[in-house]
Parts: sequence; C-alpha cells; structure tokens
Amino acid sequence: MGHRKKNRNVGIVGIGETKFSSHREDVNQPEMINEAVRDALNDAGLSIDDVECVVHGNMELFEMIHQPDLWHTLGTGAYGKDAYRLTTGGTTGGTLVAAADNLVASGMYDVVLAIGFEKLQEGHTTGGITNMADPLWARKLQSGALTDSAAVKVIAEFGEERAKRAAMTYRIIMDKHACLNPNSHRAFGLDWDQMDDLIKNSPPLIGNLRLIHMCSQSDGACAMIFASEEKAKSITDKPVWVRDHICIHREETLNLCNNYYPNQTTHKFAAEKLYERNGITDPVEYFDVFEMYDPSAWWGMDWIRDFFLLKDDEHIKLIENKDIMIDGKIPINPSGGVIAANPIGATAMVRVAEAAKQIRGNAGPHQIPRQVNHALASSFGGTMWTILFMLEKELNW
Amino acid sequence: MKKEKDFDINNCYTISGKLALPYTYFAGRTGSTFITHIRDNKKIMGVRCNHCNKVFIPPRQTCEKCLSMISDNWVELENQGEILNYTVVRYDDNHLPRKAPFILAMIKLGKADTPVIHIVEGISINDVKEGLKVKAVFAEKTTNTILDIDHFEPV
Repeated sequence: MGHRKKNRNVGIVGIGETKFSSHREDVNQPEMINEAVRDALNDAGLSIDDVECVVHGNMELFEMIHQPDLWHTLGTGAYGKDAYRLTTGGTTGGTLVAAADNLVASGMYDVVLAIGFEKLQEGHTTGGITNMADPLWARKLQSGALTDSAAVKVIAEFGEERAKRAAMTYRIIMDKHACLNPNSHRAFGLDWDQMDDLIKNSPPLIGNLRLIHMCSQSDGACAMIFASEEKAKSITDKPVWVRDHICIHREETLNLCNNYYPNQTTHKFAAEKLYERNGITDPVEYFDVFEMYDPSAWWGMDWIRDFFLLKDDEHIKLIENKDIMIDGKIPINPSGGVIAANPIGATAMVRVAEAAKQIRGNAGPHQIPRQVNHALASSFGGTMWTILFMLEKELNW
Repeated sequence: MKKEKDFDINNCYTISGKLALPYTYFAGRTGSTFITHIRDNKKIMGVRCNHCNKVFIPPRQTCEKCLSMISDNWVELENQGEILNYTVVRYDDNHLPRKAPFILAMIKLGKADTPVIHIVEGISINDVKEGLKVKAVFAEKTTNTILDIDHFEPV
C-alpha cells in the first residue's frame, strides 16, 4: 500500500454535535447544521474567520436535494472560503474526517472545519438507497440497508442460543450507554430481565434481524475543527491528535451481486494494516475506548473480532463478560453507538468526535470513569468500506 | 473514434423506471415566519445583520458573511422595487411555473440590500428592462411557498 508518514501532526481542536432526534421541524437544514458549527467554534474558542476551508458531506439524495453544500452556506459559514463536498455513503462522516486530516497534514490549510449532517425525516431513505442497486439485476430484489448476513454467520458458528443472547447482550449494553448520552436519539432503558422477551418478541425485519437490533433514522449534525500541530497547541490545551487513519474498500463486491463474500473483511484488513504500521500488537490492551460504526447489534458483535484481530469466540466473551461496558476492560461505544442515533452523513464523524471527547475527558455523563489515552474509531458504509482512526492524547508515539 | 451509427444495438434493451423520492421540507421558524407574513398580512419581511449593516431577503437565521444570529431582526420591506436583471424563459417543462415565454427577474425591493427572484407579468418580453419599477401581486390562494406572491408587475 502506498502509505507515507504524515507531513505534520493534526489535532482535533473543536467538536460540535446537535441533539439527535427523529424530527427537527423547528429548523431547516442550514439552521440545524449551524447548531453543530456554532457548538464546534465555541468549543474551540474560534470564530468562523479563523477557518480556512470547509468540508461538507451527507448521503446523496436522502433529503431529495442536490448540491446541499451550496445552499447550506448560511449554516456552514463557508462563504468566501475554500470548500469541498464529499459523499461516500455510510462512511461519509469518516471520509470528511480523513479529508480534513489530510488537508491539514499536507500543509494546504492550517484550520479545517468538517461538517456531516442528515435530516432523514425530510426525505425518503429507501428511495435514495435503492439508486445504489443495478436496475437489471438487483433493484427489484434488494432489501435496502436491512440484512441479516451477520446473524447467519454468527449463528452458524456459535449456535442459535449463544449467538442470539450475545447479540441481545450487545444491544442492551448499547442502550445502557445511550441512556447516559444526552444527545441520543433512542434510549429505551432496556434491562437484562427483558432479554428473553426481546429475543423472541421484537418485531422481525429480515431473517434473524429484529427491529430492536437495528439502528434508527435520525436528524442531526456533527462538526469538527482540525488544526496543524502548531495552531492546535495555540488554540487549546487539550488537542486530540489524529495519529493515523486508514481507508479500505472493496466496492467491486456490489457489482458482483454479492456472490463473492470475501473471507477477510475490509474491517480486518484495515485493522491489520493500521496496527502493523503503528506497532500495535495487542489492540484490546492498547486502546482505552472504541467507537464503532455498528449499524445493527448483529454486525456490532461480529465486527469486534475483526477490529481487534481476535480469535475464535474471544469477541463473544468480551460481550458476555460485559468487558465492553463503559466501566469494563475495553469500553465500546460509551455514546450508545449507531443504534442510538444514526444521522447517516454525520454518523461516522460522531464516532471520531465521541472518541476524541473521551480522550479530552469531557464527554459528559457517558465519560469513561478512567483515564483515556488511546482511542479507536471506525466508519462503515457501502457494501464493504472501512475507515479506521487512531486518536491519541499525547504526541509521544 | 466510433460514430454513434456504428454501434450495433440489435437485441439490446433498455429498462424504463421511475424513482419515487417524496420529501417534506421543514422550513424552520425563520422561513415559516416569512411565508406567514406574506400569506396573512401581505407583507414582505427581511432580516438585518446589524454587524454587516445589510438587510437580507429571503430572511435567514445567520448572516452569510459574519455568521451572526440575525433572525430576530425583522425589517418590513416595501412591496415594490426595481428590476436589477432579468431573463426570458423560452422553453416549456413541467417544473416551470408559467407557459413560455415568461420573464424571471431579480428584483430589489425598497429597504432590502439583496434581490429576490420572481416572475414579472403585465409587460411584454420586448419591453422589460433593467431599472423598471415593479410591485408585488399577492396570490389569491395560498400554497405556503414563495408563490404566495403570485408575480410582480409594473408600478
């Protein structure tokens, strides 16, 4: 892979998030975005004049609008600035962070504002997403974003009883985290005594994927400000450093009509390469938190093994032993993750933002109750697309 | 390079489809206030940025230049102004509000610093010119959109 060391270090200096919810009738799109932008600027103690470049993204067609970056200028503050629009499906928020990281690292800009948003209630998600499928082969046969491929795989490997309980344990843990996060869209207050009932009675969607397993459609925005090392140190005494990111995709698997399911996922491939080039031998030991893009409980539980390069049932044990809880050995999604809020174009950015807040120590009620120095955040989208970020508290690697 | 007529299209077919992309646009409080003033009071409202000393129409929550919150600074504009620039739409299509030919103009209303785009009627496409004074004609039936101003016509 053609990868070189960063030209210079990049710090996260400002983070803004809206409250995530099903409806925002009180604001139009630029107004909603402006809430996150204002929050990030206040967080960094900067004014819009300090921002040199704006990177903006969301899902194509989901709000039924074209070129949203142009007419969102009133909210983004991009007037008169260099600006980019990026849209890469579910990974969009991660691509925005990766782009901002590269734009600053390259020396092109010292301060870059990245903004991801979605206002799904205004559009028709399934209408937009069906555009992805080939009109001849797949458009009439697809199930949209819903799939139980992970459930099939996990049940085949670990048996129905253990797999279903582990998936629901993962789900309840995520809800317990979501209940701590004031920005959550969905926080039900699920508890362990509901496990059997939910496994049996939650409305089925497709195969073994049930409504309770699946993420929501949310409205909301996230904004993050990135700065060069020198600038970052002058802006804040708590910059969070983007140590490295890796972007891996196998989009060709879509055009093969999903007949070819690679043995090695993009998640595992990305994790192996990222750890190898950063000298990480034991990721569970190294990282203090992992914010994962987990579109459903089945995917989330299955992917832990890929991201942490675990063997056999080690990932299931992490769930069963509740090691992934906020006060556990390796907390996963103290924010509640994607199942708690999924404003799609922002979702992958929220993972990085939440991981960074954990390192700063000011995540709020869902702050991990011990020191967080090293964080991992993932993006997922398309058919097979992964971006993985390593964040650090100190510049000592 | 191959010319179009050289491609062999025997036994190749096309699939005609239609994507349903329904939407519900949430206008927000500022946009909603603008429309209800036109609909209920026949008044066209702008907002002022006190920092940049500019009155904007359409109104917006934030100033495009300094990003200040300005949505509370309502200014009642005059219902008439002058044509800054115009064009003549000379083709017909479903999305267009009138049968061609018709005039679309940028109109700077009294007390506003930015123009608003709208339809101009009551004057021949050969006679319309920059600087022409026009006034708003309000729609009889509301659609809760900018078309609650039906069109502009010469004063």
